Amino acid sequence: MSETEQEIKEKTNALLTKWKSKRGALIMALHEIQGVFGYVPWEAMEVTSRELGIPMARIYAVLTFYNYFKLNAPGKVIVSVCDGTACHIKGAPDIIEGFQRCLNIKDGETTDDGMFHLQIVRCLGCCGLAPVVVINGKTYGKTVATDVPKMVNEWRQKMAEA
Amino acid sequence: MVELTQEQIDKLKQLGRTQKANLLKMGDDFKQDVQKYVAAIYTCNATGCHSGGAESVIDAFKESLETFGLQDKVRMVATGCMGLCASGPLARVEIKGRDPFLYQQVTPDVARLIVSEHIVPTLEKDPNEPLRLSKYLQGKELSLKLPFFTKQKKVVLKNLGHSDPEDLGEYVALGGYQALMKCLEMSPQEVLEIIKKSGLRGRGGAGFPTGTKWEMLAKAPLVDGEKFVVCNGDEGDPGAYMDSCILGGGAHQVLEGMMIGAYATGATSGWFYIRAEYPLALQRVELAIKQAKKYGILGKNIFGSDFNFMADLRYGAGAFVCGEETALLESLEGKRGTPHPRPPYPTQKGLFGKPTAINNVETLANVAPIILNGPDWFQSMGTCTSKGTKVFALTGKVKHSGLVEVPMGTTVGEMVNEVGGGTSSGKPFKAVQTGGPSGGVIPASHLDMPLCYEELKKIGSMMGSGGMIVMDHDDSMVEIAKFYLNFTVDESCGKCAPCRIGGYQMLQLVKKIADGKGTEEDLALIEQIGKAMKRGALCGLGQTAPNPVLSTLRFFHDEYEALIKQATEKRQAETKLKGEISKLESEMNKLETQKPATGAGCNVNCMKR
Repeated sequence: MSETEQEIKEKTNALLTKWKSKRGALIMALHEIQGVFGYVPWEAMEVTSRELGIPMARIYAVLTFYNYFKLNAPGKVIVSVCDGTACHIKGAPDIIEGFQRCLNIKDGETTDDGMFHLQIVRCLGCCGLAPVVVINGKTYGKTVATDVPKMVNEWRQKMAEA
Repeated sequence: MVELTQEQIDKLKQLGRTQKANLLKMGDDFKQDVQKYVAAIYTCNATGCHSGGAESVIDAFKESLETFGLQDKVRMVATGCMGLCASGPLARVEIKGRDPFLYQQVTPDVARLIVSEHIVPTLEKDPNEPLRLSKYLQGKELSLKLPFFTKQKKVVLKNLGHSDPEDLGEYVALGGYQALMKCLEMSPQEVLEIIKKSGLRGRGGAGFPTGTKWEMLAKAPLVDGEKFVVCNGDEGDPGAYMDSCILGGGAHQVLEGMMIGAYATGATSGWFYIRAEYPLALQRVELAIKQAKKYGILGKNIFGSDFNFMADLRYGAGAFVCGEETALLESLEGKRGTPHPRPPYPTQKGLFGKPTAINNVETLANVAPIILNGPDWFQSMGTCTSKGTKVFALTGKVKHSGLVEVPMGTTVGEMVNEVGGGTSSGKPFKAVQTGGPSGGVIPASHLDMPLCYEELKKIGSMMGSGGMIVMDHDDSMVEIAKFYLNFTVDESCGKCAPCRIGGYQMLQLVKKIADGKGTEEDLALIEQIGKAMKRGALCGLGQTAPNPVLSTLRFFHDEYEALIKQATEKRQAETKLKGEISKLESEMNKLETQKPATGAGCNVNCMKR
């Protein structure tokens, strides 16, 4: 994901057309922007502000209020560790610690090589499989802390092959 | 808005009547079509089983059926949630004239075996010949006589594990949209009366009577020709996923409930507000709206009546506070989700300043069954004040973890020991937590307590949306309280001081106790802050945030006491030790000063050597 400023502006402009005429569309528009770029780039915020007629300050306020939105490009591999109640009492804290130690990053951070992004999330809705880890859309259920290096290696290899 | 001429309206009504007939025909066609199958395989493809690999199981089933040339004889259905999520992926095999079979932990290999060892031989056998489970499938069968299944009463989840959620025809064949058709032949007032009489209460947590809420909206005048109904699908409670499954497996049922609500209240359009973390639910609701538009269920002069209605979908963005109705409305308007004081209630001044009724997903899913079966049927289930059934996400350290629907008034013991099959660890059961970050714990001593709004409130918890987390003897209640408080402090919007400051300070105190540094005074302070938050906070999140702490404090006071006692003893020991150290030090100093320079008088005579 290395769009130039110009590309970001053009893409944002294109996807905003459908939201211009709708009421209360800001959050939906931001969802679409994040869907395209993986985060909400500053340039896209500027375009949104101009096109929807919403001050930058308000857009920034919305982006920082909601957990879902990211202001920086995340890594290529997004590791989401669920820390909902069911996962928590079944050992999610150990798994979080495992990833933090294995990748040497904290919650919400990206490794220096831009490969892994670690995030702690609230309930992914599959509590029967607790504790749950989702890596780039692939779900790992009933995980234990010793699985962590295996998962990391699996994705390192996958990314090296790609 | 362009006014239509009478002629145009008549034409639209005529179209509506044709669409109604077409829709009913779709249901009949479906029934006809299913006749050709001699068997069916239902595979659960809801979030839990999907994550467990249901997709590849479905492919294996299809492939295997084709190998045996059975693809036209056996119906393959990817269904919504079947309930027993911990044992997924689940597959249910139904062969005409035979008892159904349920298989657990199905892998692609098991799927192939089910076809070759169960379906193929059974179809070849005489229907009267008894059936024996193949040795290759031993241990994979799950008895349907388990209390997990028999203790349940399914109203909302009735079609979920047994139909294709993406097939509108199947929904109509199962009675779908017929409740709406029935309503359109009644007056809005009559529909309202049925809901009021049924005693349906909000399933989102607080239990406000749905009929009363709708009546308030019905009485509110249109503002700029608009009035709204909103479906609250912002299920932020960690450890609860009922709404996710209901929307994922029964989006049409929720939409139908919403439309009936709109007809009864005179609302002009509806909004679904659903968590962005639920891709399947979002996808299914989007599809349901699309299908409904296509077949004239949404639009103008619906089914030839005077009722016009449109529905739209909006995503949440990961803020727990948006489950609170005034915050949800802010978020729907594209703003930060901060709540505001009530009154004015949303039914007076809601979305975009117009009257709005906000209902929970499960509440809306109950509406169509009530209309079809009548309010007396609904009244016959549950307790005197809590009618009907309730869907719970039974999770945590319980053997049969999953999505369950039981009549209101089922006891905690029945839920944990019978439906849940006891603790998964085999260790003694300690407590269940209900209501998530807004609720509290129910200790083992209250096993015979019925689950209903009033009883739960009485012991300092709440029904909540239906998360139910089982904990065994290994779980520290102080840790649980800390976990929830951490959550609410993190999710507090920061608008009002009682929640923003009170929550933070309370968390520091609980952390202090958990870290073994607490004092007796801290407990008193926690109670004091808790009371202040309950009375002073602006919205439901802040008012209920102290619940997990206060409730664990009430039932597991000894755990807090033990930690404080340990801390006190530690402190006392430290003081004692410090005293002794300083005493020794001063004595040493004394000796230093008394030490003679020449070594004369030295006991050990070391200086003389």
